[in-house]
Amino acid sequence: MAVFVDPFDVLLRLQQALDTYRTSDWLGGGPSGSGSFPPLNAFRKGDDFVLVAEIPGVDRANLDIQVKGNTVRIAGNKMPTYPEKIGLHRRERAFGRFDRALTVPIEIDADKVQASYRDGVLALLLPRAERDKPRKIALS
Amino acid sequence: MSDAQQLALREKQEVSGKDEKTVPGRFYVPATDIYETDDALTVVMEIPGVDRQHVNVSLENSTLRIEARIDPANYEGMEPLYTEYGVGNYARSFELSNKVDRDRISAEVADGVLTLTLPKVKETQPRSIPIG
Repeated sequence: MAVFVDPFDVLLRLQQALDTYRTSDWLGGGPSGSGSFPPLNAFRKGDDFVLVAEIPGVDRANLDIQVKGNTVRIAGNKMPTYPEKIGLHRRERAFGRFDRALTVPIEIDADKVQASYRDGVLALLLPRAERDKPRKIALS
Repeated sequence: MSDAQQLALREKQEVSGKDEKTVPGRFYVPATDIYETDDALTVVMEIPGVDRQHVNVSLENSTLRIEARIDPANYEGMEPLYTEYGVGNYARSFELSNKVDRDRISAEVADGVLTLTLPKVKETQPRSIPIG
């Protein structure tokens, strides 16, 4: 039987994996749980952690990301860029300010945090602090 | 719109109903604004995570169909720990009235937002009638 990677299967597997962690309490104990904007997904990538948020339509100049200790703050302003004098037929997009702080249950190396913003998706790479990494204990 | 307005969380809406797919995977309905100016209709759609190459806009008869695909490869090697939203492709279609000039529809993508400009045909644009 031929084995091939179907991109649709990849997507389905990803969606199922994301569903499984809908009720995870990984961030549950932080100062701001779920319920505020922007919604976040948290991933582990090797030793490091990645926070991803969808904020389409936010100009990168209006985005403010701060890291202190193991608390990450994502703030910004989403403004419509519509001309004046328009007739609005349908309005589903939401605009306004957002400010969300969350504490991750790991020690992060704040100096090495990387942020990227592409196609309306903000991704923060939070490298785990060297001293927080698990060490392998050799059996004597 | 007030500048001080706080953005509230909104759950993404999944595509349902007659628009079913034969491929596995979930499709979401992109949040859309539609506004009209004197010379055009503009459709503004949120498709976060979609590269411009993976946006497909087609016009068949009078149905304007938009399909946008995310690239699951971006999530390779990532193991979810905690999730608040689902990711997936986007699909939506609109029925165009005959006041849209179908040959001049244009599209652009910026920061995860697709903007479609549908110019009106000349006859339907407002004119001021001079009084003779």
